[in-house]
Amino acid sequence: MATVPVTVTVNGTERTTEVEPRTLLVYFLRDQLGLTGTHIGCQTGQCGACTVQLDGEAVKSCMVLTVQAEGHAVTTIEGLAPAGTLHPVQAAFWEEHGLQCGYCTPGMVLTAEALLRDDPDPDDHTIRHAIEGNLCRCTGYQSVVQSVRVAATRMAEGAQPEPLLRRS
Amino acid sequence: MNPATFEYHRAGSVDEAIGLLGRFAAEGTEAKLLAGGHSLLPVMKLRLAEPAHLIDLSGATDADLRGVRLDGSTITVGALTTHRDLERDATLRERCPLLPQQAGRVGDRQVRARGTFGGTLAHADPAADYPAGVLALGVEIVARGPGGERTIAADDFFVAFLTTALAPDEVLTEVRIPVTPARTGMEYQKLANQASGYAVVGVAAVVTVGADGTCEAVRIGVTGAGDHAARAVTAEAALVGGPLDASTVAAACASADEGIDLLDDLHASADYRRRIVRGLSARAVLAAAGRATA
Repeated sequence: MATVPVTVTVNGTERTTEVEPRTLLVYFLRDQLGLTGTHIGCQTGQCGACTVQLDGEAVKSCMVLTVQAEGHAVTTIEGLAPAGTLHPVQAAFWEEHGLQCGYCTPGMVLTAEALLRDDPDPDDHTIRHAIEGNLCRCTGYQSVVQSVRVAATRMAEGAQPEPLLRRS
Repeated sequence: MNPATFEYHRAGSVDEAIGLLGRFAAEGTEAKLLAGGHSLLPVMKLRLAEPAHLIDLSGATDADLRGVRLDGSTITVGALTTHRDLERDATLRERCPLLPQQAGRVGDRQVRARGTFGGTLAHADPAADYPAGVLALGVEIVARGPGGERTIAADDFFVAFLTTALAPDEVLTEVRIPVTPARTGMEYQKLANQASGYAVVGVAAVVTVGADGTCEAVRIGVTGAGDHAARAVTAEAALVGGPLDASTVAAACASADEGIDLLDDLHASADYRRRIVRGLSARAVLAAAGRATA
């Protein structure tokens, strides 16, 4: 099948490759780049497990063709903070137990981070509205909302990504 | 779950897209326009659509495709404006709050970041939100084809299930919304399917209240109830000239489903939809009237 060239900046690195036009962004990220932190859940655009950021906006990567990302910047969970560190949103999910199985977590974190750039001090209703496209079947959402709230507080205090090892 | 294979075309302009549409129509192959892709890609993944060609409009540089402009008595919204941009637009929030209210109820945050106003209208999903709004607002939809531009009244736009008045070689470029007169309020009421977020029924109402408190003008758009969005003209006629108290409005809106061939499917029975159409119509009219006089 014919392929087309595509250039996408992924986690700060420009990647040029050939894809079939029908290749969904999530498969490009996982299968061609090995960025398996982006999960595949429902594949119908409902669950949000495949959420990444496209030019800083949370989007579902199973609902975007790779060719549509041509010339744009994608951030996956691997690129949210420098290697070996946790972004304050990730740290807050850890501390507040904002996950159990972890399947929804990369998408949940990327949506939460996008929200906090728009609205650094969201109330619970705003947080719940923001994550309505990210399904979690473990937590009942309460600890997720709490994690986002704690992340907002930490970031308002100037929290920066911190080394993962210090946390163990 | 990739879609079936197709040939991908990046249109640099609307005219280029029209040219491609004409070429593929002449060849007898199916082509689809791609904007945000949030209506089209799901049906392509399910193989409910297998176009041979996809024409991506997102890189088209035509200025009229994007953003919101206020010119005198008309607000113009470009077809590629995303739900998210509609939701936040200051002009619309002030002059036409119905569309931002609807935009905020479309899908979820990620969907709103990608999906477009024009794409939703052109796809004409029977349960999409905006069709109710554009009917209530009485907008004009602008289509450009090989012969130039024409406008289509909202009332004539939604024809049948997933079918609009757009010709196969036309591109929906913008929507023109008349600025509403003073003492006009608007409201969208939606009963959402809990799993999909789509409207089981959605009702938009635009109400102009006279100086004496009676209903001077009203338009009601209903989505989700039938195979395409439609106006509740019988209820509108019953409301005009009358008082806008709860019991009068409820009585008038008891005819809001008239003329709609109600869907009866796994989401809701026809009888349930009938009750919801009537109830949400009354709520929408009362809320809109309340805003008009606020």
